[in-house]
Amino acid sequence: MTPAEGNVVRYATVTRVNHWITAICFVLLTLSGLSMFHPIFFFVSTLFGGGQWTRAVHPWIGIVLVLSYAGLVAQSWRENLWNPDDTAWVRKFDRVLENDAEGVPEVGRFNAGQKSVFWAMALLIPVLLFTGLVIWEVYFSGFTPLVVQRIAVLVHSLAAIAAILVWIVHVYAGIWVRGSLRAMTRGDVTPGWAWRHHRKWLRSLAEPRSAGPDPRAERAP
Amino acid sequence: MTNTWQDIKNANVVVVMGGNAAEAHPCGFKWVIHAKIENHAKLVVVDPRFTRTASVADVYAPIRPGTDIAFLNGVIRYLLEKDLIQHDYVRAYTNASLIVKDGFGFEDGLFTGYKEDTHSYDKTSWDYELDGQGYAKVDDTWQDPRCVINLLRKHVDRYTPQMVSSICGTPQDKFLEICALFATTAAPDKAMTSLFALGWTQHSVGAQNIRAMAMVQLLLGNIGVAGGGMNALRGHSNIQGLTDVGLLSTSMPGYLVLPKDSEPTYKQYMATRQYKPLRPGQVSYWQNYGKFFVSLQKAIYGDAARADNDWAYDWLPKFDGGGYDIIRAFEMMNAGQMNGYICQGFNPMQAFPDRGKIRRGLSKLKFLVVMDPLDTETSRFWENFGPQNPSDPAKIQTEVFQLPTTCFAEETGSLVNSSRWMQWHWKAADPPGEAQTDIWIMSGIFHRMREMYRKEGGAFPDPILNLTWSYTNPTDPDPEELAKDMNGRALADIKDPTGTVTQHAGQLLDGFSQLRDDGTTTSGCWIFSGSFTEKGNQMARRDATDPREQGLAPNWAWSWPANRRIMYNRASADPNGKAWNPKKPIIEWNGSHWAGIDVPDFVPTIAPSESAGPFIMNAEGAGRLFARDQMAEGPFPEHYEPFESPSPNLLHPKVKSNPAARVFADDRAAFGSAADFPYVATTYRLTEHFHFWTKHALINAILQPEEFIEIGEALAKEKGIGQGGWVRVSSKRGFVVCKAYVTKRIRPLQVNGKATHVIGVPIHWGFTGQARKGFGANTLTPSVGDANTQTPEFKAFLVNIEKASGPAT
Amino acid sequence: MTELQSQDYIRRSASTLTPPSARRHEQEVAKLIDVSRCIGCKACQSACMEWNDLRGEVGHFEGSYDNPKDLDPNTWTLMRFTEWENDKGDLEWLIRKDGCMHCEDPGCLKACPAPGAIVQYANGIVDFNSEACIGCGYCVKGCPFDIPRVSQKDHKSYKCTLCSDRVAVGLEPACVKACPTGAIMFGSKSDMTAWAGERVEELKSRGFKNAGLYDPAGVGGTHVMYVLHHADKPSIYAGLPDSPQISPFVGLWKGAVKPLAVAGIALAAIAGFFHSVVAGPNEVQPEDEAEGRRLLDRQDDAP
Repeated sequence: MTPAEGNVVRYATVTRVNHWITAICFVLLTLSGLSMFHPIFFFVSTLFGGGQWTRAVHPWIGIVLVLSYAGLVAQSWRENLWNPDDTAWVRKFDRVLENDAEGVPEVGRFNAGQKSVFWAMALLIPVLLFTGLVIWEVYFSGFTPLVVQRIAVLVHSLAAIAAILVWIVHVYAGIWVRGSLRAMTRGDVTPGWAWRHHRKWLRSLAEPRSAGPDPRAERAP
Repeated sequence: MTNTWQDIKNANVVVVMGGNAAEAHPCGFKWVIHAKIENHAKLVVVDPRFTRTASVADVYAPIRPGTDIAFLNGVIRYLLEKDLIQHDYVRAYTNASLIVKDGFGFEDGLFTGYKEDTHSYDKTSWDYELDGQGYAKVDDTWQDPRCVINLLRKHVDRYTPQMVSSICGTPQDKFLEICALFATTAAPDKAMTSLFALGWTQHSVGAQNIRAMAMVQLLLGNIGVAGGGMNALRGHSNIQGLTDVGLLSTSMPGYLVLPKDSEPTYKQYMATRQYKPLRPGQVSYWQNYGKFFVSLQKAIYGDAARADNDWAYDWLPKFDGGGYDIIRAFEMMNAGQMNGYICQGFNPMQAFPDRGKIRRGLSKLKFLVVMDPLDTETSRFWENFGPQNPSDPAKIQTEVFQLPTTCFAEETGSLVNSSRWMQWHWKAADPPGEAQTDIWIMSGIFHRMREMYRKEGGAFPDPILNLTWSYTNPTDPDPEELAKDMNGRALADIKDPTGTVTQHAGQLLDGFSQLRDDGTTTSGCWIFSGSFTEKGNQMARRDATDPREQGLAPNWAWSWPANRRIMYNRASADPNGKAWNPKKPIIEWNGSHWAGIDVPDFVPTIAPSESAGPFIMNAEGAGRLFARDQMAEGPFPEHYEPFESPSPNLLHPKVKSNPAARVFADDRAAFGSAADFPYVATTYRLTEHFHFWTKHALINAILQPEEFIEIGEALAKEKGIGQGGWVRVSSKRGFVVCKAYVTKRIRPLQVNGKATHVIGVPIHWGFTGQARKGFGANTLTPSVGDANTQTPEFKAFLVNIEKASGPAT
Repeated sequence: MTELQSQDYIRRSASTLTPPSARRHEQEVAKLIDVSRCIGCKACQSACMEWNDLRGEVGHFEGSYDNPKDLDPNTWTLMRFTEWENDKGDLEWLIRKDGCMHCEDPGCLKACPAPGAIVQYANGIVDFNSEACIGCGYCVKGCPFDIPRVSQKDHKSYKCTLCSDRVAVGLEPACVKACPTGAIMFGSKSDMTAWAGERVEELKSRGFKNAGLYDPAGVGGTHVMYVLHHADKPSIYAGLPDSPQISPFVGLWKGAVKPLAVAGIALAAIAGFFHSVVAGPNEVQPEDEAEGRRLLDRQDDAP
C-alpha cells in the first residue's frame, strides 16, 4: 500500500499483517475463552459453532497467536526496551491522560504505555501458552497431575483476564489517540501525529543517514 | 453339599479350606457374609495364597499346597487331646465305639495289606470285629484300645503342632488359633460349615483331604445340623448333575456302580451291593440297591429288560480294573489304543494335565468330534497359534468335526446346583448359526448307529438295538420327556404295604420309595425320583417361602433325594429326638414321627428308642471316623506328599507320596525333581473368568485380559523379577511365558526348616477367544490323579521360574 | 435422561438461572459401599458395562487385579486392590469400588463451563448431560476424587450416573443389583447412614477400632458412601482422599475470580468511555502538522 502523500511510514506491511493476525487471534481467543469462563458469555460460543467447536478451536488459535506474537517480538523488541525517558513519561502520565503535553518528555518510536502493553503481552502470552498446554485436554491432560492442572487453569484465566485488560487499554489508546489506527491500517502517519506523539522518533527520522524508514521514500517524485 | 447354600448363614464358624469361595463362588458367598453379619460367624481361611476370600476372613493361615491332611490330622489331634469334641454326638452317631479287627495296623506310612507290585491294598483287615450275628462289636466306654476312637487317637498322635507347622509351613500360633476356633463348635448349639472345592479334590490325596475334614466335622457334631456339613462347592452349573447321572467311567446314574469284569453275573454283582446292617436296627438303605438297579435297566431297555435275562445285565459294559478315566484315556490315545474321541462339552486341551501329552494324544487320533458352544482349544489343537500352540497341521492326520451346540440359555432343561437342587430352566433365546442341542445331536448319532447295527450287524448289536426310545419326536426328544424318564413311572399298579394302589400303571412315581425290583417300575436315576410327578414338574417350582427363615425354602425347585435339603438331618436332633440347637431345629421326634421344616433323612416312623443311627446309607448307621474299605489308600487319612514336592515326607521318608495312586510310567518319567524345579506351584481360578469359557466373552476379557502368574516379593527380589515383568515358568513337562504379579499375598513358608516359595498359576487363558493368548496352566501340571477318583493333581507340583526378556516368540 | 427430568434439577452447571428445584421434597438417595463385605468380584463392574452398554479395550496385565487399569470413558466404576499390612503385621487386601461419589457439593458441576452439561437432581444424583458437554475437561479438574474421564472419541466427559435412568423409575443402580454379597446397598441417605452405623458397630466388635463411615463433609457429604474398616486413614484404600474438598485453586477460579474478572473487564471498558467523555480524543493539531512538516522539510533542505 502506498502511504499518503507527505506522510511518514510507521509500520511496514509485514508488521501490520503480523499485528492484525495477532489481533484477530486475540479477539477470537477472548471471545472463545470468555465463553468458557463465565456462563453469561457462553452464548458467544455459538459464533464458533457451539461449545465443542469453541473448546476445540480455542487452543489452536492460541498457538497461532503465540507464533504471531513471537513475530512481533522479533521485529520490535529492541525499540521496546525501556529507557529513562520512559520512566519520566510514566511520571507525567496524569498529564498524558489529560491530553496535555506540557512537561511530558519527547517520545521515541514507542512510548512507555505502548512498551508496557508490548511487554505485558510478551509476559502473559507465554504464561497462557504453558498453562494452556497443561489444560489442553485432548493432547496433554495425561502429562501432569491434577493439582498442576488445577493451578494451570486458574493461572490461565488470571493471565487471560490480565491480557484482556491490557488489550482494552491498547484498543482504547488506539481510539483515543486519533490517527493511530491509520498507522496500523495504512502503515503511515501524518508528520503532525509523529510530531505530537513520537517527536523523538520523528527527529531521528529527520536525521541524515537515519536508520529508520525513509520518511520521504514514497514522496520522491 | 450336605447342606444348602442358604444354610451357610446358620453357621457360627465358616472354614474355607481347599477352596476359594469368594473368588470362585461369589454369588453363593453371600451366605457367608450373611453368617458373619446376622450370626456373628467367624470366617477362617486356610490357603497357600491370601485370596479374595481371605480378604474378608477373620483368621487367615497360609499352608503349603498338598499338606491339608497334616493340618487336619493336627486339628483332630488337638480336639482329642484337649477333649473338645461333642461327646454325645460322637458316641451315638459315629463309629467311634466300634471295634476294629486285630489285623489292622499302620506302620511307616503304610496300612496293613499293602501290595507293592500293584500299588494297592488288600483291605480285608480294614474292618470291624464282628460278633456271631454279623454285627460289629462295640465298646461304648471307649476303653478298648481297638475301638475306632482310640485307633484314631493313636494315628493322629504324630501330628503335633510342631509337626503340622513343619510340614505345612503354617505358623504354629495361627494353627492353634484356628484349632481353638473350630473347637468352639463342639458345643451342641454351635455349628461350623466347611466350604471346599477343587483345592481339595485336585490332589493325589484329594478324597482323603475331604474325609479328614468330614471327620473333624463328625467329632464336632457338625454333620446334619443347620449351619454345618461338608459343602462341596461345585465348579460348573451342572457338575453336580454330571456326577448324579454317573458320567464317570465306573458309575451309573444315582451313584450305582458299573459292573466289573469280576462280576460276570447279576447275582455276583448284587452280592456285594446290598449291605446288610452292621448293627442291630439299622436302616442300611442300600439294601434297596436291587430296586434302583432294576428300575434303571427298565428305563434303558424297557421291555427287553426282563427277569429271565437278569434285567439285561449282560448288555452293560464291564470294566476291567482301574476304570477308563480321562488320564487313562489320554494314555491310551498316546499308545495308539484309542483312535476316536467324542468330546462333548469338555476342553481337555485346557482342562487336563500335561498339555503336551494331550496334544500328542489328539494328534494320533483318527477322528475327533467336538460338541461345544465355543471354539475350544481342543477343536483347534491341530492349528498353529505360535508358541501358545506350536502344532504343525501338516503332520497331524486327525479328522476333526466341530458340532456347535446350544448353551444353557438356548435350551430348556434342568441343572443340579451344589445344593443338589434340580432347577428347571426355560429356553431364553434361539441358538446362533447351526448350533443344535446336545439331545438333537446325540439322537442323530444314535439313530444312525442303530441303523448301521441293524443293517450290518456287528460284534455286539444287542445293547444298541434294544435301547428303548419312545419319544414324541424320536430325533429330538423333549427335555420334559427325558426328565420324566429320570423320575420314573409305574409299569403296573403299585401298591403300598397295606395293599392300596398308590400309582396306577403308566403314572409317574412320587419317589424312590415306590421303586420295585420286579420290573414293575422304571427310573433313569433313582435319586431324581420325585422330581417330575403326576403333580407336575417339581423342578420348576419357584416358591421361595422359607419356614423360620432357615435357608431351606422347601418349595423352591426340587432337591434330591426326596426334596431333602439337609442330608443326615436326623443327626440335627439328639438321640432322644430333641434338636441339639433348639434355636435352629430341622426335624424332631414329636412322639409319633419325625417332623420339622425338612424332609427327614430317616424312616419317619422309627422312634428314637429304636436307636437306629442317622447315617442310613451306612450299614452301621453311623458316620465313619474309620472308613473301612471305602478308600483306596487307607481307612484313616494320612499325610502323603504331592508327587512333585520339595520336601521329604517327615513322617515316613520311605513312603513319600500316595502309595495307592496309579501312575503311568511315562507320566512318572515326566515328574520333575526339586533340584531342577525348586518351587511349589499351584493352579487356581479367578473371579473374572469361568474356566476357559468366559475368555470368549468380551466383558470378562476386559476384566482379566492376560495370562499371569503370582509370586511373592521375596522370590521376585531374588530372581530380579519386577512388577508386571515377563517370566518363564517351567516344569518338566513344558513352560509358560507370561507376566508376573509380584504380591505380598504369597509369602515363603518355613517347611522342614527351609523357606519354600509358592508360585500361583491362574488357569484361564488359551489361544482362542477374546482375551489375549496364553499358554495355559495345564502346560505345566503333572498327569497323576487321586487314588480314588483320578482327579488330577493340579494343586501341587514343582516349577522353576526365570526372568524373561519379553513375550514368547 | 437429564432433559426429561429438568424439574428435578437443584443444581445446573454454568447457569445464572435458578434451577427449578420443583421436587426438593424428594428423598436424597445414597449408595453405601461396605468395603468390609466386598470380595472384589467385579460383578459391579460388569453390570455397569452391561447396563450402560460399554465395552472398553481388552488391555494387558499390568501388575495388579485392577482391570482396566484406570477409569476411562467406558469404565465408570473400577475395583481397586491394595495390599496393606496392618500394625500387627497381618496382610489386609483392601478392595474398593471406585467411581463417582455424587458429592452434595459437586466440584465437577462447579467447574463446568457448559450450561446444563452437569446437573444435580433433587435426589442428590450428579449427572452428566453429554449433549451439552463441550469436552473441556474442567470437570476433571473440579473433581476432588479424580473421576470424570473425557473421551478421545467424542470429546465428552463420562462418569457413573448412579444409574439415574434406573433410579428415576424406582430401580436400584445396576452395580447394586449385581453385587452378590450385598456390599453395595442403595436407599435413602438417612437409611444408608443408619445401616452404616450398625455395620460400623459390628466391625468394631470384630476388632476394627477405627471402623467408620466415609461421608466427607468437605464436599458437603456424598451420595456414595463407604463403610471402611480403617476410617481413620481412607488414603490406604487406593488413595481415597483423607479429607476431600474442591481444590482451593478451583474454588478461587470458579469463585472470586469469575465475578471480579467480569467486573474488571467491564470497569476497564467503562473507564475508557468516561475518559473519552471527560478528556476527549487526543487529536493532532494543525500546529503539530506544521511542526512535523517543518522538521522534515529542514532535513530536505540539508545539503
